[in-house]
Amino acid sequence: MKSFDGQSLSWDLKDGVVELALHRQPCNEIGSLSLDELEKFVHDLDDFQDKAHALIVYSELKAGFCAGADLRELYRRCQDLERQEAAQSVRDYLERIHRVLNTIDASPLTTIAAVHGVTFGGGFELALVCDLIVADKMARFCFPELRLGLIPGFGGIPRLKRDLGNAVVRDLLLTGRSFNATRLQQVGLVSQVVGEGESLRVARATAAQLGKFDRRTVIAAKKFIKPIPYEELQREIDLFCELFSQPAVEAGLRKFVESEDALPYLP
Amino acid sequence: MAIHKQTLDEVLDLASAHFKVPREKLTPDEDFFKTLGIDSLQALDLLTRLENHFRIELPDYELQGVSDFRTLADRIQARL
Repeated sequence: MKSFDGQSLSWDLKDGVVELALHRQPCNEIGSLSLDELEKFVHDLDDFQDKAHALIVYSELKAGFCAGADLRELYRRCQDLERQEAAQSVRDYLERIHRVLNTIDASPLTTIAAVHGVTFGGGFELALVCDLIVADKMARFCFPELRLGLIPGFGGIPRLKRDLGNAVVRDLLLTGRSFNATRLQQVGLVSQVVGEGESLRVARATAAQLGKFDRRTVIAAKKFIKPIPYEELQREIDLFCELFSQPAVEAGLRKFVESEDALPYLP
Repeated sequence: MAIHKQTLDEVLDLASAHFKVPREKLTPDEDFFKTLGIDSLQALDLLTRLENHFRIELPDYELQGVSDFRTLADRIQARL
């Protein structure tokens, strides 16, 4: 399908570039609706291989790129199910999101995340599967999962290890603090830091440049450059599921859900 | 470490300009969450602007319990 206009996201093909726009209020939290539509997207991604050379993922919402998993939906779902059913439900959810993100990660298209504002948790993980991150200077990145008694579960740890030195990975994960775009560019994760509101425009300019190169060569080069850590990704799912059963997680999620603050896990 | 007046003034100027609150309404010791009417998302936005302006990194956990401009400026000053 050349284009799609969904409730949480939309996509379209323009001048050889697929653009995936996220637009689920308040900040593109990834719940079951988003996951259904993302699965539809990656299914259609195959059809774009001969017609496109790049994919840009961006957000239409002012708040930011993506605040991560829909924790409120996750909490409510777990409350409604028996313990064993809840655990299986979480595993199923993770397996599905991993299939989506692994597909984007391995795409023959050159992928660009054009980010601004809040890029947290699963949102950060979505950006990490892309080949390039173009961030506006107001983008902020964070893995706050430890604050909830969890670890990133959408493949963030293996992908951070793929892209960064271990000291930075430890800083990001063990402190759970948020980093600005400039800092992440300094450590090599963010490709370009641009003016406020300029990330999509710059991503499009970058994508236009990529269109000049021989597709077969680009596809071969990308496969060579970018290993997908499948085994480690599976181990992350297993560890996440093991941790999810701990009482601290339920308490952390309850506190999150009961708060009226936009980001209750940050000061 | 003594807070430099300039740091505090720059913090107040930046907050006033970004959140479009008259400068004279912002005082160093008032609760800025109440004065600016902001939530944690907007506070994070302010944090990023301050980091960019002062060219520093200010971990968000350093802001635990900080709700007035004077203490915020103190935290920034410690990183200059």
